[in-house]
Amino acid sequence: MSAPPAARPAVSAENAPNPVRQLASRVGTMCLVELQKLRHDRTELVTRAIQPALWLLVFGETFTRIRAIPTGSTPYLDYLAPGILAQSALFVAIFFGIQIIWERDAGVLAKLLVTPTPRAALVTGKAFAAGVRALAQAVIVLVLAALLGVALTANPLKLLGVAAALVLGSAFFCCLSITIAGLVLSRERLMGIGQAITMPLFFASNALYPVDIMPTWLRVLNHVNPLSYEVDAVRGLLIGTPSRLALDFGVLVLAAVVAIAVASALLGRLTR
Amino acid sequence: MTDDLPAVRCTGLRYAFGDNVAVDGVDLTVRPGEVFGLLGPNGAGKTTTIRLITTLLRAPSGVVQVFGVDVARHRMAVRRMVGYVPQQLSADSALTGRENVALFARLFDVPRGQRRVRVDESLAMVGLGDAADRLAGTYSGGMIRRLELAQALVNAPRLLILDEPTIGLDPVARASVWRRIGEVREQTGMTVLVTTHYMDEADQFCDRIALMHRGRLRALGTPAELKANLGRESTLDDVFRVITGDDLESGGGIRDVRAARRTARRLG
Repeated sequence: MSAPPAARPAVSAENAPNPVRQLASRVGTMCLVELQKLRHDRTELVTRAIQPALWLLVFGETFTRIRAIPTGSTPYLDYLAPGILAQSALFVAIFFGIQIIWERDAGVLAKLLVTPTPRAALVTGKAFAAGVRALAQAVIVLVLAALLGVALTANPLKLLGVAAALVLGSAFFCCLSITIAGLVLSRERLMGIGQAITMPLFFASNALYPVDIMPTWLRVLNHVNPLSYEVDAVRGLLIGTPSRLALDFGVLVLAAVVAIAVASALLGRLTR
Repeated sequence: MTDDLPAVRCTGLRYAFGDNVAVDGVDLTVRPGEVFGLLGPNGAGKTTTIRLITTLLRAPSGVVQVFGVDVARHRMAVRRMVGYVPQQLSADSALTGRENVALFARLFDVPRGQRRVRVDESLAMVGLGDAADRLAGTYSGGMIRRLELAQALVNAPRLLILDEPTIGLDPVARASVWRRIGEVREQTGMTVLVTTHYMDEADQFCDRIALMHRGRLRALGTPAELKANLGRESTLDDVFRVITGDDLESGGGIRDVRAARRTARRLG
């Protein structure tokens, strides 16, 4: 079992970029694939627009009229729109864990992992691809909201901020679902858990109602729920309600980084 | 000088899933430029061996080298030399043929300036030039296999690893896949490591064969040598039967069977 003299990788350096460029390249590649898929088939964009449309049209319009939820000088529909925006991004991102199990079963994951792509780069790529898909969905919801008369900002910098918050939030929830995929290892179980956690995540956030009117136990959940920080940032930027942007983005970045790390560590379980 | 290094060298390779020893002390050398067939019944340990060579699994004991590079220590270097086509149909049906290949060109860091040419070349090499801009979902089973071959070839690998490349294909598609593999090898001189159930294919297309059973190599040689050992008129099927005995049904987890069935179903 003596190592032969030529154990140094002769070909390895040929195309190898530095780690940062490689990460950027992988993220770009995964996002590009997502855009290509969207270009070929837009039905998912339409079907996934139905739920947020119902939330805005039925729930939003009704609760605006009965004024049941105290949102100060902001009309309830305006208050709700950012919450629904974040919700639709959440639903898109949670789907990626199911996708990765499908990719495992189809041999795609193995094939991806035999390319010179570190696991963390693959997971980061998926996370941002989820962000890209969520943004495409968000555009539709934004148009809907604008049509319903929600007073949205037209400031391009603020809109960029909204996009950043949605991408970071999607990255977190995408990796959360990949993490669960790595734990439960089967599509059926993951779908059950996905269903079980998305609505609680949504209800235990400030998407539908202000924190002030929550019971204490719900406030605690709200505080540890990244969705709340996402909604707070989006709402502040889009509608102009008071928000803690530095805290929001700090939490979102940290949550995304931790989730990427955990999901990457568990990815190996899926290829065993 | 590097041409003398074996394409693959496994020494004392072992891997167990819990109590189930999938690969049990395999010593194996694949010579550069040959088509090497790894044969054996379901659950023999072929796929696990391939996953150890392709860096997907890490061997707790034993050494794997690809062109002299230690798989455990230089994973990324090994991946740059290897093209891998898994058993399942793994092309993305929601992308076109060209997009499928371009994806792997990017993942292998093929320089931007060469990407387009290399993608076109790979597609042409497997005879998919005309169908390149159709969605892979519209391809036949044989075309998908050839597309996967193009995905693996876009990086011009030195070692091409194919796990059951013709499983579930009709005879015409099987022949066409093998013809492409033969052409690619003639053009590039790359080494091919292939697993298969089909003895006739191994007989026809492999330079050397290893028969695996219950995690161990039971026979190794050219098809002619293996047959000659059993006497005149014997086929590789006979060799297979003698070596594995009657306990063929013992191996093969439900996951193997399910994966094979899923592939077959997608091939229609």
